[in-house]
Amino acid sequence: MSENQIRLGVDIGGTFTDVVLETPDNSYSTKVLTTYAAPEDAILTGIDKVCSLGGVNPASVEQMIHGTTLATNALIERRGAKTALVTTSGFRDVMEMRTESRFEQYDLNLTLPTPLLPRNRRYVLPERMDARGEVLIPLERPAIEQLADELAAANYESIAIGLLHSYVNDAHEKMIRDVFTERMPEVMLSLSSEVSPQMREYERFNTTVANAYIKPLMKSYLSRLEGRLRESGITCPVFLMHSGGGIISLENAAEFPVRLVESGPAGGAVFAADVAARHGLENVLSFDMGGTTAKICLIKNQTPKTARVFEVARTYRFKKGSGMPISIPVIDMVEIGAGGGSLAHVDAMNQIRVGPESAGSEPGPACYGRGGKHAAVTDADLTLGKLDPDNFAGGTIPLNKADSEAALQCDIGSQLGMDANESAWGVAEVVDENMANAARVHAVENGEDLSQYTMIAFGGAAPLHAARLCQKLGIERCLVPQGAGVGSAIGFLRAPFSFESNRTVFMKLTAFEPERIKQLFTEMEEEATTFVRACDATADILKDHKIYMRYAGQGWEIPVPLTTDEARTPNVDTYTERFETTYRTLFGRSVEGMEIEVTVWSVNAYTTPLASEKLLQQPAPENVQTQTTRALFDSATGKSIDAAVHSRTALAAGNQVAGPAIITEDETTVIVPSDRFARVLTDNTVEVAVKGESR
Amino acid sequence: MNQISQVAYQVMWNRLISVVEEQAQALVRTAFSTSVREAGDLSAGVYNDQGEMLAQAVTGTPGHVNAMADAVGHFIRRIGRDNMYEGDVYITNDPWEGTGHLHDITVVTPSFYQSQLIGFFACTAHIVDIGGRGFGADANSVYEEGLYIPIMKFAERGSVDQTLIKLIRGNVREPDQLVGDVYALETCNEVGHRRLIDMLSEFNLSNLDGISRFIMENSRAATLARINALTPGTADGHMRIDGYTNPIDLHVKLSIEQDRMHCDWEGTSGLDKKGINVPLVYTKAYTCYALKCAIAPDIPNNAASLAPFEITAPENSIVNAVHPAPVALRHVIGHMVPDTVYDALDKLLPNTVPAEGAGSLCNFQVSLRPRSDEDAPEDAVRSEVLTFNSGGSGARPTLDGMNATAFPSGVMTMPVEATEQVGPVIIWRKELRQDSGGGGQYRGGLGQHMEVGAREGHEFDIQAMFDRVDHPARGRRGGHNGAPTTIAQDDGTPMQGKGKQFVPHGRKVIMAFPGGAGYGEPASRSKQQVCSDLANGYISKQMAIDTYGLSSAEASDVLQRSKNGDSI
Repeated sequence: MSENQIRLGVDIGGTFTDVVLETPDNSYSTKVLTTYAAPEDAILTGIDKVCSLGGVNPASVEQMIHGTTLATNALIERRGAKTALVTTSGFRDVMEMRTESRFEQYDLNLTLPTPLLPRNRRYVLPERMDARGEVLIPLERPAIEQLADELAAANYESIAIGLLHSYVNDAHEKMIRDVFTERMPEVMLSLSSEVSPQMREYERFNTTVANAYIKPLMKSYLSRLEGRLRESGITCPVFLMHSGGGIISLENAAEFPVRLVESGPAGGAVFAADVAARHGLENVLSFDMGGTTAKICLIKNQTPKTARVFEVARTYRFKKGSGMPISIPVIDMVEIGAGGGSLAHVDAMNQIRVGPESAGSEPGPACYGRGGKHAAVTDADLTLGKLDPDNFAGGTIPLNKADSEAALQCDIGSQLGMDANESAWGVAEVVDENMANAARVHAVENGEDLSQYTMIAFGGAAPLHAARLCQKLGIERCLVPQGAGVGSAIGFLRAPFSFESNRTVFMKLTAFEPERIKQLFTEMEEEATTFVRACDATADILKDHKIYMRYAGQGWEIPVPLTTDEARTPNVDTYTERFETTYRTLFGRSVEGMEIEVTVWSVNAYTTPLASEKLLQQPAPENVQTQTTRALFDSATGKSIDAAVHSRTALAAGNQVAGPAIITEDETTVIVPSDRFARVLTDNTVEVAVKGESR
Repeated sequence: MNQISQVAYQVMWNRLISVVEEQAQALVRTAFSTSVREAGDLSAGVYNDQGEMLAQAVTGTPGHVNAMADAVGHFIRRIGRDNMYEGDVYITNDPWEGTGHLHDITVVTPSFYQSQLIGFFACTAHIVDIGGRGFGADANSVYEEGLYIPIMKFAERGSVDQTLIKLIRGNVREPDQLVGDVYALETCNEVGHRRLIDMLSEFNLSNLDGISRFIMENSRAATLARINALTPGTADGHMRIDGYTNPIDLHVKLSIEQDRMHCDWEGTSGLDKKGINVPLVYTKAYTCYALKCAIAPDIPNNAASLAPFEITAPENSIVNAVHPAPVALRHVIGHMVPDTVYDALDKLLPNTVPAEGAGSLCNFQVSLRPRSDEDAPEDAVRSEVLTFNSGGSGARPTLDGMNATAFPSGVMTMPVEATEQVGPVIIWRKELRQDSGGGGQYRGGLGQHMEVGAREGHEFDIQAMFDRVDHPARGRRGGHNGAPTTIAQDDGTPMQGKGKQFVPHGRKVIMAFPGGAGYGEPASRSKQQVCSDLANGYISKQMAIDTYGLSSAEASDVLQRSKNGDSI
């Protein structure tokens, strides 16, 4: 990647398709409505717009990076292809039986999520490997041939192949692929040993089926997109953002489309990581709050944290366990049902509850005046004075404060004996507390202390709530970057080409096998490098090595990073020491006399990200005043105060305003409480920090 | 209470619930026993200085609900307030003052702030081994079931009792694992305590008095409102189940009164000779859980929300076993408590509760060892493997039962690939059991098939813990019964539903776990649902015809379309 290129970042979201054009000296962005029937239409409209804004000939675009919710939506809305699963005899129902538990303990009328494939699309073959990868029942070719004919007769478009213990030995899965390819060359195949070679059959099979299910759709979309771009004279290579925060080639994306799930939020995390790099921040909490959900992610050393499994399409109040697990490398974030549209009510204990039900954009919060009668977070924000009714979304959506107050009075106040203002305070406090709790739990699970963190807030609703969240979390400093409204698309342009390769191989440190480890890492390095090489023929490729370790007998592995040297010349004492140090950081103490084992091995190969422009020295702060004020309710003290209202466009680098203050812009509003001040930095980021802090 | 503090209390109550969830999460992450880390058999809670529970994490184990609520009171009484210091940690596995059997370890930590005792944290986890005869029903008294740890100090002023550690280590089969788990329990209380102190300093409070009052008043009012909205009345419930050697009758009299619900287990069978007896605290937990699910599912568990549910049982009935009765497998009977309560509740509150389901979890433990009939291969090993599995749940008034899903327990199964990594066990089959869901307008959930053997060169004992062999789940309102449990070896050798049984080299155990019962007449089931069940193989062609009256031609047509992969 060169910094002097003309590049496009394109993010297809649920409502809007965001397009960002970057030229060597400038950047242009636009939002167009997503066109569901043919998503490529919105992309081309958006590209036309930004190209004419920037005076750029589309033919001169040198690279396009694309991320999309299409894969996620196809899974949520069940719009995939006619797909079959072929699995080991005796295990037809793994994806239906899940963990055999109820994700909500007290609901007698609980409905479990429907498996992606009904039972009659799940087929079995007699074969069996054991946990060491040794064959217990050999797989016979005639049985595969017979099944191939049956599947061909049923006209499946796509087939997932998932056998027990194939993460150790993939021979049988490959044998099935060979016969199927001979017999029905037009059918798309997905092997569990390739899509997600990790132990735990439910997660692996489900991931493989999800891949197979959306493969025809994504393949066809991507090839249509390529065609339409060519017609418009855009002949540059197109790359895809994946859920792990890196970029892969269009061909690889079409082969493993499940890796595109949640690529939009991943772009947001990369965006925050780039802001972190620009500001030289080591510990960052990224906070992305939109209309329906809030996403929280930890970014250490300018790299978002990653995980190996996550859940998509939760069917029950965002509850853990109510969706389907996808085990692929993914940026680790918590997503909760808390956004501007989240609805509030009072429950049986007279407790205020907020979300996950959302008013969405139609009918929207009560104040939109589009038929929404119930109180949403935006109604509370308006009532508390955080929003200007005449200048919401650049004045395009006029807000009615009386409607907000009526809804709050009706849904909250009448039951708790509160007025509208106090109801609004309660709603705002509860939603902020929910987000703060999610952030705290996430931090504790990762052994981190948030008081050492800086928050980076983006997404339409985040800057309204960020400062209060900081107060609750003990965070002293928050940055609201420019371009927050199209953060994901900008993030795509900051992402490296990358691919993470994972293997499950159990190894106790008492039976340490240096040669085997070397071989394993060599294989994985090769695999990951090949993927990255497909995107960029010349760039330097860096590799991060990581192993997942635990005390033998525990069920949760913790990720332990290794240096390249440690990976290539494995030493048992080093591995032990690395594990114990990491364990102590997380849980306070290591456990004496317990055997340690490695379960998963991982190599992430990536190109060097574009060097983020480090900020110039900040100009001397200059306090600015304004005559415009508005009544703002201060949640921390429970009092209404007069806040100065500034327009962000009127503030220049170095300008500083003392809280209480409100900084308005088209896409959002930054709230500065009384204990904090705001300052505009040279990259037009607004910094909100505790008074008396000097940095 | 002034208005300002009401918003603050709202926030604090939320926070306390988050604190205990985090406490539970820390336990899952650091625990060693599969029962805790994979299956979620644990609980965690926070208490005020009187020992009243303020919040409890929602985990996989309703059986801990009331037990946890009562436990801290026992600790205060036994240890004595004057004898509690900062840095103390208390422990017990007393079945009667803890959570019902020796395999549950409860750890309680007093919480001090500004040198004052302000509350407690408690947590419980089910560990895989506590010595004695091992986890099973075969003991004749609690003395044979393993090591007993009375309520005592695990640590005083930060210093761990090394004598206790030595005693524990010397009495159990997996000492590292158990001691590791005790430290995990201690760590999780510590995590909770730190978060509580953060909260107090943030809100500038010095104790939990105000928030306790707020939680108790609101919870009590909400629970009483639900109870008082019901029509008062009395009804009897009964269910007969397998037991160990003789069938057991569970009888309950349920009454709905002003401000309370009362369940009395008068008439229930007496103690069993074997370890399936239930301490009252566990009976209370599952009775209460059943009632809460039906009438107040959204009200969190705490001292005030549990108080209006009163549960009594005659001493030395199987649901109120007193010391020294054997109680290791108290879950087998305890998991049947909700279905019995629902038999009564359905008469007072129709169209609310489900038909009977599999009830108890279908757990078994396998003890593998090198074959003894011939020379064993060199790499043959000994290993203990515990698995949790579920039958089908009962059909609901407007919904089918859930296939292979636990109720009332909420624990998870272990992945087969993970189980086979633990030892030389081979799970040959684990899939849904056709025709096992009782027919009805709403079908019972399907049970499951499991087949278990050992890797070449091994033989094993299987410790079976199954019920519903002779007493399948009964249908409601014309719904049919679910299928019973079956168990035998693959050569046809019959086996028992309970107890430790030898399986020679080369043999497999073939098990079929029970289905849930149906709700309403099968004739009223929509044809669409019958066809869909047939297409998916949830029911056979025979059952579609016999039970649901599908014509043979229709059935054949459905099967043909199903073969084409059509969605039906």
